[in-house]
This record gives sequence, C-alpha cells and structure tokens, in this order.
Amino acid sequence: MTAPVLLSLKEVNKLHGRVQALQGVNFSIAQGEAVALVGANGSGKSTLLRLMQGLLKPTEGSIYQADLKRQAFVFQKPWMLRTTVLANVALAAWLRGQRWADARQAAATALQQVDLADLAQRPARTLSGGQQQRLAVARACVSQPQLLLLDEPTASLAPASKRELEQLMASFKSQGMTLVFASHNLGQVKRLASRVIALDQGRISFDGSTQDFFETLLPDFANRTAAFLMDGAM
Amino acid sequence: MNSLQQSFSTAFSLVLSGDAALWAIIGRSLAVSGLATLLGFAAGAVLGSWLAVSRFAGRGAVIALLNAMLSLPSVVVGLLVYLLLSRSGPLGFLGWLFSFKAMVLAQTILVLPIVAAWVRQALEDADLRHGEQISAMGAGRGMRGLLLLLDERFVLLTIFIAAFGRAIAEVGAVMIVGGNIDGFTRVMTTAIALETSKGDLPLALGLGLVLMLIVVGLNALVALIKGWRERREAFAL
Repeated sequence: MTAPVLLSLKEVNKLHGRVQALQGVNFSIAQGEAVALVGANGSGKSTLLRLMQGLLKPTEGSIYQADLKRQAFVFQKPWMLRTTVLANVALAAWLRGQRWADARQAAATALQQVDLADLAQRPARTLSGGQQQRLAVARACVSQPQLLLLDEPTASLAPASKRELEQLMASFKSQGMTLVFASHNLGQVKRLASRVIALDQGRISFDGSTQDFFETLLPDFANRTAAFLMDGAM
Repeated sequence: MNSLQQSFSTAFSLVLSGDAALWAIIGRSLAVSGLATLLGFAAGAVLGSWLAVSRFAGRGAVIALLNAMLSLPSVVVGLLVYLLLSRSGPLGFLGWLFSFKAMVLAQTILVLPIVAAWVRQALEDADLRHGEQISAMGAGRGMRGLLLLLDERFVLLTIFIAAFGRAIAEVGAVMIVGGNIDGFTRVMTTAIALETSKGDLPLALGLGLVLMLIVVGLNALVALIKGWRERREAFAL
C-alpha cells in the first residue's frame, strides 16, 4: 500500500521579474518521507519551499496541497513577535484554530519538546540564535503538522545548536512526520533524508533516494557545484 | 524690571496660583486634543495598517494623497469643517459649529492622515521584513496587519504622542470652527493669539509656558519609551 500524497507539483514555473527561478518542476511528496532539497545558492530551493507553503504563487503550473492547515514552515532566520516565548507559540496554535486556553496548553507541551519550557515567560527576542530556531520549530510544530518545511534551518547556527536542531528533526522523522528541508550540509542530508531532490538553475537535476544520490550521482553533481560541496561536507 | 521680565513673572504667578480661567482653558485644550487624537488615531491606525498589507489598483495614488495630507494646513482643515458644519453645509443639521464637538472633529481630521501615513509606512516596512513569517503561521491578510500593529506598538505610541503634539499646538482649525468663545471654545492656542493681540502678555505667556511644558514633556516621554525599549531588547539585536 502506497503512502498518501501530501503535496504535488505539476509543471511549476516561477518567474521573479525576468529571472526564471524555477522551470518545469514536477514531483510529489508522500507521507513519512524526509526529503532534502540541495543545490547551489540561487538554484531555487527557497522559492520552491515558499511555493510549497503557499507563500508564493506559481507563474505557471499547479500545486496540490492535501491540507495546508497541517503544513508548517521554519525559516532560516526566524522572527519572533515582541512577546513571551509561550505567547509566540500559543499564537501560532490559535491562528490554526485552537481556543486560546488550549493553544497555551499546546504551546507549553511544544516548548517541552524543544527544551525551552524553562524560558516560557522570557521575551522571545532575548533568546540566543539557537534557542530562537528551536522556538521557531516549536511554533511550527505546535499544531502537529503532517508536513514540515524547513529552509536551511541550521545554516546560521553554531555547531552545538546545529546538532540540537538536527536531533529534533530526527525525532520528528521517527515520529512519522513528513519533512522537506533545504540544506547545504551534505552530512546532514545523509543523516536525515530518505530522498534527495537536487536543483540546478531552477530545474530538477536529480530526484531519487539518498543512497543513489551519494553513491552514483554526487560526483557529477559536485563537479558542477563545487562551492556547495565545500560548504557542506562536514 | 523691564516689561518682558514682568510679563514672565506674572505668567509664572498665574500658573502657580491655579488661576481658574487659565486652568479651564488648559483643561479644555487637553480634552479637545486628547479626544481628537484618540479618534484620529483609532481610525488612522486601522486605515494605515490596511494600506500596509493590502494590494489594489490605485493604492499608489491613495498613498501619495495621504502623504500629501501630512502637510495639510490646519486653517484649510478648519475651513473645510466650517463649510461642512455651517447651516447650509451637509452636516449643518448637527448644529455643531462653534462648539467643543466641532473642534474635536476638526482636529480629528487633522491628525487622521498623519497617523495613517506614519502607521502605513511603519507597518509596510515591518511587513516586508516579517510578513511572510506571520503568513506562514496561518494568519490571513487582516490578521497579519493586526499582529504587525501589535508588534510595532512602541512605534505606534510614538506616533500617538506626535499626533497629540500636532493637535494641541495647532491654532487655525480650532479658531475657525470653535470661534474662540470665552469659557466655551477658547483653548490655549486661540487664547494666546487673542491675548497677544490685546497686549495681555502675562496670560499669553502663562499659556505659552504650559503649552511648551506639554510639548517638551511629550518629547521627553517619547525619549523615555525609546530608551526603555532599547534596554529591554538589547539582547535581541
């Protein structure tokens, strides 16, 4: 029995002004997958993730989302509302339709998951970068999404914070949550992803299992995007 | 003692002695401008936040018009409200001309575009930086505007205080629609104009001193809020 499709893109093109950000993109994401989007800077990873979350509209083509309310997004540089840690998370749950009292309860649980329960009453903007990224994950996961999209979530974090966030992503994966994440870090891709989609100048140049990517196609891919390899090999 | 020193001395005495006529004028000024600022701020903040997050044909023209209204002369606002409220005007049936309500209406119209233009600018900048993240949390356009409004509350406070400063310091609009009637529609600025023309400098100076104190106090308040906010968020930058 095949897993249900949560997201599907058909012949998606996206223009940013005159720049062709994406061209002829086709793929589906099934429940339970952990998909890594890889590619050099400017290859279209962030645009693709924004289209998947509905933050951008495609210039051409169509996007199917099984349930947009059960999708969540984590940005590379999270931004917090000028309020407490708890209220930031509770607000996200409230916006997804929960009552405020329930939302606060769900927020407290989500903060425990990301190990920020002790800081619940702190102003969110006073947290460190790593803590804010974990808070962003709590905010995204408070309504228990079935699909979590992450745009280079560890790119601007210190090594210790990177490891913590990766552990969180791994635990979400083991709980059956579907993950799609953009990354320059090939080690992270190898550890977390079951499938790799590689982008090259807005086109999909590879879509297959992580094993195939590393064993057969990586050398060719690496030759064309050497800078990206240097950046993410560790 | 020359006449200027004498005038200052008498003005201080008037203020400190709690002169009833003077304090009635001050109270009326604060009530008119305070109420007008509250009304203008409420409407202007809604209009400004809506303009910040909405996209429609002609939006650029609306924003250009709003920005042009930032330098709207208060006497022109007074004249327009006079025409609206005069017996033959569309709102003449209200019977508000030369009343407290007319002055509030004129000052509300004066501060509304100021608040709307500043709120629009502040929220549009914030929306460009963070709007996407609020949308990703599940907020629609209206909710995004509201959340940005709440998040930029310190900027809003500064805008409120600046709008109040504009209202309480203007003379043209309240003079035209209020009529500067003693004990009824006389406020600080109209009283200063009248007493100066009559040569009663101590009362004019006394009112001028209080007006200056209010304006300086408001600016000090803005600086205090800014300092407090910066200290509070020092670690977040």
